[in-house]
Amino acid sequence: MNGPHDLGGRAGFGSIAPEADEPIFHAEWEKRALGLTLCCGALGYWGIDESRHARESLHPHDYYGSSYYEIWVKGLERLLIRHGEVHPDELSKGHMNTPGHATAKRLDPQDVPAVLARGGPADRPATTKPAFQIGTKVRTQKTLPAGHSRLPNYARDKQGTIIALPGHHVFPDTNAKGVGEAPQWLYTVEFDARDLWGDAAEPGTSVTIDAWESYLDAT
Amino acid sequence: MHDHPHDHDNNLDPMTARVRALETILTDKGLVDPKAIDAIVDTYETKIGPRNGAKVIAKAWTNPDYADWLAKDATAAIADLGFTGRQGEHMQAVFNTPDQHNVVVCTLCSCYPWSVLGLPPVWYKSPPYRSRVVLEPRAVLAEFGLTLPETTKIRVWDSTAEVRYLVIPMRPEGTENMDESALVDLVTRDAMIGTGLPQVAS
Repeated sequence: MNGPHDLGGRAGFGSIAPEADEPIFHAEWEKRALGLTLCCGALGYWGIDESRHARESLHPHDYYGSSYYEIWVKGLERLLIRHGEVHPDELSKGHMNTPGHATAKRLDPQDVPAVLARGGPADRPATTKPAFQIGTKVRTQKTLPAGHSRLPNYARDKQGTIIALPGHHVFPDTNAKGVGEAPQWLYTVEFDARDLWGDAAEPGTSVTIDAWESYLDAT
Repeated sequence: MHDHPHDHDNNLDPMTARVRALETILTDKGLVDPKAIDAIVDTYETKIGPRNGAKVIAKAWTNPDYADWLAKDATAAIADLGFTGRQGEHMQAVFNTPDQHNVVVCTLCSCYPWSVLGLPPVWYKSPPYRSRVVLEPRAVLAEFGLTLPETTKIRVWDSTAEVRYLVIPMRPEGTENMDESALVDLVTRDAMIGTGLPQVAS
């Protein structure tokens, strides 16, 4: 989906304005939002792909009007409702009506260092050989899928060159829907800026993306 | 702050009230332990930040074998310094040269190498940077005060998968006599994103 999150090349957002001596968090609630998101991830209902899709599925008005951690909180509430752990009535009233289900998976404080140190690797054993090699020229898919995709809109139907093979990774498009990891070969594809932006391209610049095999066709 | 059952009073700003309500509900349901949140926050406030990445850079500057390892298998080379885990599971080091500058973005969300840089700054996560740096990297870098020669190509790495990119800046001139620990202090966060350069030796 070409949702509000798919920002590459869009105009109108203004200057970047980095903040001097920026604090790690700008409010106490941001800390709790980060921690809640990670703790709820440990319950095992969803992975990173489904959580990204929950955030990018916010209405554009809501997405652009929300800060980063606001988007996280809104996405988290949706996920908890979808998976039956929280009812909207509970959120509106601010207290629980029924106990939780996945309480056995509650993240214990003493397990936090190990869980963060382990992370969530996305590589999976390969059962096929990669279709493309470094140096292969490829064209990205034109079709815009209805659900989650990690092919940015600015890089659709564009010709590029494979410059690296990072591995064989979980396919977000299926994993976000909960219909399987369906791992594929992943490729780093470089595009000359002129092939992306035409005459608007800055000289001597290029852009790379990491693209799954089914996003690509040989040219 | 976690022992009261519910505080939805109108003296709280909307997000504080919303997140506090959510934490209360999830705690009461037995799904979240607030002390686990405290531990997560403490990790990213005090243990994991750009100092980790700076140690990787300084080692690469002073140890050619390490730099080679970093180029070939960044995940393993970085793990060797103790930096592993969430949002650093699959690392790729990209080396700046006089001919090639590297800069990192995530146009689709805010992917960032937490294990070596900590949590991303607001500008990295916000629409202006994410929309513009792929289209006009030279103009964006100029806004950061970094103007590169036209002979230096710029490659923008859009982190669209779970690979996380760490820019390895060039070692500043005049640092030949500095040891690894002194060099760590020269490496800025922005130099490892590609929107800045290391500080010059004082």
